Amino acid sequence: MSRLSIVTKDHAEETVEELYKDLERRIQASQPGLCPVDLAASFLNLTHAQSCGKCTPCRVGLGVLEDLIHDVLDGKATMETLSLIETTAESIFTTADCAIGSEAARMVLKGVRGFRDDYVEHIEHGRCLNVQNQPVPCVAQCPAQVDIPGYIALVHDHRYSDAVALIRKDNPFPAVCGLICEHPCEVRCRRTMVDDPINIRGLKRFAVEHQEHEPTFPKYDPTHKKVAIIGGGPSGLSAAFYLSIMGHEVTVYEQRHQLGGMLRYGIPAYRLPREELDHEIDVLKQTGFTTKTDVSIGKDVSLKELDENYDAIYVAIGAHNDRKIGIDGEDADGVVSAVEMLREIGDDHMPDFTGLDICVVGGGNVAMDVARSAIRLGAKSVKVVYRRRKVDMTALPEEVEGAIADGCEIVELHAPVRIEKDENNHVTGLVAQPQIVGEIKWGRPAPKKAQAEEVTIPCDRVLVAIGQGIDSQSFGDFGIPIQRGRLEALDTSDVKDKQGFFAGGDCVTGPATVIRAIAAGKVAAANIDEYLGYQHEIKVDIDIPRVRFDDHVPCGRVNMKERSPKERIHDFKLMECGMSEEEADQESARCLHCDHFGYGIFKGGRRRKW
Amino acid sequence: MVKQIRVFIDGHHYYVPEKTTILDAAKMAGINIPTLCYYKGLNEIGACRVCVVQVEGYDRLFTACNNTVKEDMVIWTNSKKVRDARKLNVQMILSQHNDNCTLCERSGCCSLQKIANDLGLRDNPFKKKLPENKGNPNFPLIRDYQKCIKCMRCIQVCDKIQASHIWDVVNTGGRVNVDVRDVYSLEDSNCALCGQCITHCPVGALHERDDTERVLDAISDPDTVVVAQIAPSIRTSWGEPFGLPRHKATIQRLAEALHLIGFNYIMDTDFSADLTIMEEAKEFLDQYTHKDEHKFPMFTSCCPGWVRYCKAHYPQFVDQISTSKSPQGMFGAIAKSYYAQLLDIDPHHIYVVSIMPCLAKKAECALPTLKDACGDPDVDVVLTTREIDSMIRSFSIMPNSIGERALDLPLGIGSGAGNIFGATGGVMEAALRTAYYYVTGKNPDPDAFKNVRGMKGWKESTFDLAGNEVKVAVVNGLGNAKHLLDELAAGRVSYDFVEVMACPGGCVGGGGQPFTNDEFKAPERAEVLYEQDRANTLRFSHENPSIKDVYEHFLGEPGSELAEKLLHTDQHGWKMPQEK
Repeated sequence: MSRLSIVTKDHAEETVEELYKDLERRIQASQPGLCPVDLAASFLNLTHAQSCGKCTPCRVGLGVLEDLIHDVLDGKATMETLSLIETTAESIFTTADCAIGSEAARMVLKGVRGFRDDYVEHIEHGRCLNVQNQPVPCVAQCPAQVDIPGYIALVHDHRYSDAVALIRKDNPFPAVCGLICEHPCEVRCRRTMVDDPINIRGLKRFAVEHQEHEPTFPKYDPTHKKVAIIGGGPSGLSAAFYLSIMGHEVTVYEQRHQLGGMLRYGIPAYRLPREELDHEIDVLKQTGFTTKTDVSIGKDVSLKELDENYDAIYVAIGAHNDRKIGIDGEDADGVVSAVEMLREIGDDHMPDFTGLDICVVGGGNVAMDVARSAIRLGAKSVKVVYRRRKVDMTALPEEVEGAIADGCEIVELHAPVRIEKDENNHVTGLVAQPQIVGEIKWGRPAPKKAQAEEVTIPCDRVLVAIGQGIDSQSFGDFGIPIQRGRLEALDTSDVKDKQGFFAGGDCVTGPATVIRAIAAGKVAAANIDEYLGYQHEIKVDIDIPRVRFDDHVPCGRVNMKERSPKERIHDFKLMECGMSEEEADQESARCLHCDHFGYGIFKGGRRRKW
Repeated sequence: MVKQIRVFIDGHHYYVPEKTTILDAAKMAGINIPTLCYYKGLNEIGACRVCVVQVEGYDRLFTACNNTVKEDMVIWTNSKKVRDARKLNVQMILSQHNDNCTLCERSGCCSLQKIANDLGLRDNPFKKKLPENKGNPNFPLIRDYQKCIKCMRCIQVCDKIQASHIWDVVNTGGRVNVDVRDVYSLEDSNCALCGQCITHCPVGALHERDDTERVLDAISDPDTVVVAQIAPSIRTSWGEPFGLPRHKATIQRLAEALHLIGFNYIMDTDFSADLTIMEEAKEFLDQYTHKDEHKFPMFTSCCPGWVRYCKAHYPQFVDQISTSKSPQGMFGAIAKSYYAQLLDIDPHHIYVVSIMPCLAKKAECALPTLKDACGDPDVDVVLTTREIDSMIRSFSIMPNSIGERALDLPLGIGSGAGNIFGATGGVMEAALRTAYYYVTGKNPDPDAFKNVRGMKGWKESTFDLAGNEVKVAVVNGLGNAKHLLDELAAGRVSYDFVEVMACPGGCVGGGGQPFTNDEFKAPERAEVLYEQDRANTLRFSHENPSIKDVYEHFLGEPGSELAEKLLHTDQHGWKMPQEK
């Protein structure tokens, strides 16, 4: 008689495990616009299937709730049904014996409160408030609405110049975005339901690297309308590019020595090599806009002057001011803001960190950028000090892992309290208070003070990367509305009550992504053109290849590879390696073509011009 | 030169142009692949999955309607896998379709019925599940939610052709329905009632309100004199469901059928089309000769679908629509005044039935502003071509074996100019023929204005009217109307006179016309009207003797006080549901 046996999974259990994974991926790729009440009913159905059936609230109650929600969906409910759903769910939550029941009820309650309007619409009018208006997930998720299935088909067909031209119809920065876009397009990629999202950014980069010829840009006849653009970053240059094609006379004013904005003064060269950036900007400049660098609007030239001399003005000044931590010792020599450091690096003024111990304060992508730059500048040690857990960092996980691989150390759950300095006012260390992870607030666990002593991390430099502000004062003084330091603009980029003024990019949204800044520039270009009395169309005449058939056989995603840490930490050369042709062929063949299959062919279609 | 590529279909090879769909390639090879939701050029979305075929090298099946061939593609259109899948998909569709075919007006010309029969389906493994939503039975256009198969064609025609955006997909998942967009009921919507969604529906999910019983009640009332007016376009199409050849499907044979049903007098809307021309041409010239006092262009008013559309979507142009009533409206007003006098009967005892290719006419005759003759509605009821055909069938009349009957006088006489009202450009052409006469005192060559004929969506032309240039445009289909109005609003085009017909091709393509099995029959129907115009000894509205009589003995002259009262209307006298 055996006293114990080893637990093994039978085939059914293994299959269910696989189905759980399928479902997880499916939920991840769920398209927006679905009926939340219908989804609530489905989730409830799942949670009910998870019930062991021992206790009344879970065994019976969840079924009762399902019936009630179905009554709502079937048009058989009244407002009393809704109250009954709520009280029943509350009762299940408070009386269920374990989390299977209580958490199921909590999900229902969250829904009843979070999308009550949808419940009411079903009850009163028998229909749903939601509309499926985003049928092609990648295009819908891309702020610039780039024709992603179109260019992936072109890449698959080895028509790389056409692919790049198709991208440039909506996004003038294919080379930049091929390297550093945060690729929101991949987040809801339907391929995730089969295996993993398509590596869209990687394919974009591949297309750019393999263009057969340089692009040309046919322009519309000159309109003799003058547009001033304040800020030569991605948003300003995008607007300048399209407005120049439309035939307007565009002048870009840039307060720094070179164009590029945060692409140059925020993103280190190992992610975006300067020659790539310079080349991309040169390509855009072929459309003929004028650039004036080292000119600060509000100081060197007044806004009033611009207003008098131009027919329209686009403000895209970005978010370049640093923020202070607000702790003792911050005034010490050796405390440098990330913004300041990256700006110097942008103009090739490389600080020498040889042999120094560095502390970085912050947990975002910029913190990783300065940390990894510090390594490349010869630092002896780099510690990223962060008050929350590593997993709670806002930096992309691959950036955090990359920084660790480069040799940075993450000191998580340590809140900086003061900076220690010597008699020469020079930094000697960062004092931090250990934290313990606490309750979840706003979707992230908040740290709280741990019962532990402060620790001192000895260092020669403290690099502060805790966000950026906007230098908006002179614009506010001129009468452009400012809200919490940000310029206020409508979603059309129009500045309310300020005729002829448009604004967009980081200075409106706060520090965001390059693709959002580009999209703002595109929107501004369209609406400035309209404002000037034109309806120029931006389009390209590219024949999209016939759609491939596919059996949806699961296949791994081609991930981007990087140069080995040992090698890359010694230079600022591009760290990421491109795909091989073999990889690009395979990866582009994974695209499910949601533009053709599914709702896309009905309500999506292809936006050939804007 | 389009490249020809080789494909194998059902074991044989063919050469077809590249980018041909599998469906068209098969068609070229003489192989029919059944389709259901597919409508060429309009709805190629692969929703019903009936046209699936097997392509060698793939496990999954692909739709033939919207996928193109590839060099050396091997296609099987009838393998067991294909047939089984096709059957199951049709059975799934049937499980959500109320197949009470015996009670359905689409029976016999229903794509679903045909496919289910052709596939030999005799049972269904799936449980029936029908929605409970119901359309309003009192509105001229009715959706039968239990019949809708979500092919999306109505949404597409309403969006892409008619630019009206009335229908949309509501809800998601298994609860998807096609329903009215933005508002909760059709009667609260901006629907122009063009009826194109009905003619584009492959099943009986959309239909007009059946008014035949009301007419039969009037016919069986001995105290009621039932007068029919037959719109120009009816004579091009009414015989189609009976398989009548063109030369037999005459208006006179239709008149005989109506007589057998029991109509007392059967007359011609061509007459009141001529009357419309008399009034509208005068109205146009009055404005044209006082250009500073009026906004241009002046728009025609005979299409109530257009008037509804304009009021709902472009209220800024309503003042520019002619005040002349539509021919059906004029006919009703004359029937219950002048004609009542001629017959010497109380107009309250006259019951006017319009036979129209149109649902908007059903709404028009019920307007509070069309009660000018005796206080009753000038027109009592409108029947579509389909309704009158169904009435003929219900009386077991065999149109092939009945004789012809002359239309009743005097309102049964129409000119060729009135006759071509049924085709896009016809109203403009007829108006210009008479306007020329008004200005010069001479008749032009009757074919002088034929540039405005044809099926093009937006036609324009400039004519010389006694030394004056008149710039006209003709649009058919509301999408084209929208395009023209947008261009007008932006100041990019300008015209003096514009004809708008809501339906593609004009009334011959009307939403009340017989079902055509997805074929666009407007061109051949229009040809009938032009042929009759050519053969008519009367080619000018102003030469119609009955028109001369009605002015001489009753109205006075065009634009007289009585003509204003009976033949003109206030386009602001009623409101569309969302009109301010």
